[in-house]
Amino acid sequence: MEAPSILILGIGNILWADEGFGVRAVQALQQAYHFPPEVSLLDGGTQGLALIPYVQEAQVLLILDAVDFQLQPGTLAELRDAEVPAYLGAKKMSLHQVSFQEVLALSQLLGGGPKQMLLIGVQPEILEDYGGSLSPAVKRQMRPAMDRVMAYLAEFGIQPEWQPASLSQVNGVEDMDEYERQRPSAEAACRFGDGRFL
Amino acid sequence: MTASQTPNGFALNDSGKRVVVDPVTRIEGHMRCEVNLDDNNVIRNAVSSGTMWRGLEVILKGRDPRDAWAFTERICGVCTGTHALTSVRAVEDALNIQIPENANTIRNIMQLTLQAHDHLVHFYHLHALDWVDVVSALKADPKATSELAQSISSWGKSSPGYFLDIASRLKKFVESGQLGPFANGYWGSPAYKLPPEANLMAVAHYLEALDFQKDIVKIHTIYGGKNPHPNWLVGGVPCAINVDGVGAVGAVNMERLNMVSSIIDRTIEFIEQVYLPDLKAIATFYKDWLYGGGLSGQNVMSYGDIPEHANDRSLNNLLLPHGAIINGNLKEVHEVDLRDVAQIQEFVTHSWYRYDNENAGLHPFQGVTEPRFELGSKTKGTRTNIENLDESAKYSWIKAPRWRGHAMEVGPLARYIIGYAKGIPAIKEPTDKLLTDLGLPVTALFSTLGRTAARGLEAQYCAHLMRHFQDKLVRNIKAGDLTTANTSHWEPATWPKEAKGVGTTEAPRGALGHWVVIKDGKIDNYQCIVPTTWNGSPRDPQGNIGAFEAALMNTQVANAEQPLEILRTLHSFDPCLACSTHIIDKDGKELTKVKVL
Repeated sequence: MEAPSILILGIGNILWADEGFGVRAVQALQQAYHFPPEVSLLDGGTQGLALIPYVQEAQVLLILDAVDFQLQPGTLAELRDAEVPAYLGAKKMSLHQVSFQEVLALSQLLGGGPKQMLLIGVQPEILEDYGGSLSPAVKRQMRPAMDRVMAYLAEFGIQPEWQPASLSQVNGVEDMDEYERQRPSAEAACRFGDGRFL
Repeated sequence: MTASQTPNGFALNDSGKRVVVDPVTRIEGHMRCEVNLDDNNVIRNAVSSGTMWRGLEVILKGRDPRDAWAFTERICGVCTGTHALTSVRAVEDALNIQIPENANTIRNIMQLTLQAHDHLVHFYHLHALDWVDVVSALKADPKATSELAQSISSWGKSSPGYFLDIASRLKKFVESGQLGPFANGYWGSPAYKLPPEANLMAVAHYLEALDFQKDIVKIHTIYGGKNPHPNWLVGGVPCAINVDGVGAVGAVNMERLNMVSSIIDRTIEFIEQVYLPDLKAIATFYKDWLYGGGLSGQNVMSYGDIPEHANDRSLNNLLLPHGAIINGNLKEVHEVDLRDVAQIQEFVTHSWYRYDNENAGLHPFQGVTEPRFELGSKTKGTRTNIENLDESAKYSWIKAPRWRGHAMEVGPLARYIIGYAKGIPAIKEPTDKLLTDLGLPVTALFSTLGRTAARGLEAQYCAHLMRHFQDKLVRNIKAGDLTTANTSHWEPATWPKEAKGVGTTEAPRGALGHWVVIKDGKIDNYQCIVPTTWNGSPRDPQGNIGAFEAALMNTQVANAEQPLEILRTLHSFDPCLACSTHIIDKDGKELTKVKVL
């Protein structure tokens, strides 16, 4: 049996506290493991239609994201296959669901798209902290989320090698430690946002 | 107020029924629009509001200026690269860094790729459904559709069998109940004018354009190292060139250069054989719908972009034209100086920000971004559930930028009007040809359809410029120049204690500027004026309305419950509020509410 093409997609905005979970988890996976060629990692950011080419080509799609499950902050939850789009449609769940649902629908209409899906979501604690990083409760779930990714890959007989390596291209945004270290104080740069939601 | 006249020439009257569209869909980010209709359903007052706060400026304070591009790349869900390029240009301007010729060429290819890609995606995926009725496409005869397609283009995918297949896929999709991207359409509105066959052809090309993205984004992956968040570098571009390399990690080799070249050929082909013929076919059915001109016949502006040579700041070095036109006088194109504090100013009288003097404007170097959310006394509803905005007070998260006090329109149409006024052949000749073919006068450009047409013509122009710069890059490499970066000013120790810079690009949506103040190696102030800040601007202290508002004025709406005409005109600007206001949709609202009061 030929190995299916697997896409591990992190979505979210890393400038917006726990919203960055999916992207941070994908970055951590890239740093910690050596993946075989059939597995791709994608920092999807907050992109919408631009993700279609990648999703369309994947036979298995693994999504990492911050999702409002109405659970305790920092709780990890998993959804599989039909639950992913169905739940996305029924409950306004992920912060990008409007466009991501379209991404899945359009990939299907184009005749491609994943046959199997897993969504690993974390319940965010803080969102309104502009320029902030992951909250401690959410950050603690990075490792467990990565373990769940490994467990899912094992179902397809894939066991990536543990190979901590330094990223070749890092900057003050993509390196979480640097991003946190360089953050200006709250006095220097205000961290609150839209008055209607305070 | 019931009736009043704005200084920029619009007669406002807010006595008729109020229609609210919130959020406006098929745009990036969050926006709200309110209009008053008179007894004949004609728009007599228009209010556009950015409903989320951006906060980018405060996020950047105190950060390393060499990283600013990576932050700005994250503020938008569409044009990541254009912000990054604007940011590195601002920092290079501040620190007086010269870039190598290859870096300029590669940046141009990246930017032009974005233009062509963005215009294509905008036309088919964000705007076409304002003109194309998807549900009507289900009634099309595949054979007649094939005849129509073959009559307008030599594009290969045009057999009856092909359109039959598309129709059955669409039917299956719609019947499965997952309308997805086609949900919330005003299907069946009398404002749709295309026959079913033209609708089916457009839907087929909607899907082909989506598929074509796969190819075109590879250019960003090759030159930017990765996608959708390519890498950038202050001082050049971060890609190494190694022509003899075979499959070398990261380096650009001959195989990759050839791949880019073949993608460029296919981009030109797709634009010329699919996009432009479709645009013309659709325009033929809407020729009499010439609403939406707004400010385009009066005040337009472009900073110019795509420098032929690196580090040359003269205006005739820019292949996308620079300038400002005031009061519709096409005989005079003014020069725009972004450092001149008297030229570009942002006002917050009607924006949810606080200035010490609310009636004065501030140049971005002195810019302040301090939120102040307060509603006017005539607001209907509550702070968290606004029914009607009070436009006599603060009503938007977008500031009101002005050029010498004028509200300006920016974007492809602005660039084309300026290029036309300057008589640039590569811009003027295709524009005249399109107008002649459609039997329309030059003044027809000042309309919603004109904006849509200019975008298509510009996509073609940009695709040919991609070819020009790709050939130039290959020639330069063959001549032995492999330099892509100048790192002589990389270390902060080489920087002055204090420095200021401006970076600009012409983004797909229009003039984009970043202003940076660097102190002791850190960002002291960072201000962005993005295209949608110009176009989506609220009123200013003098009462001038912004470009979105102006474009909606005096439009006849067929059915107030299905305000398709409002979406059509707003979409023609390709609004992108993710960066003009805040980052992300928080409440995940899915359905557009239209409220008629």
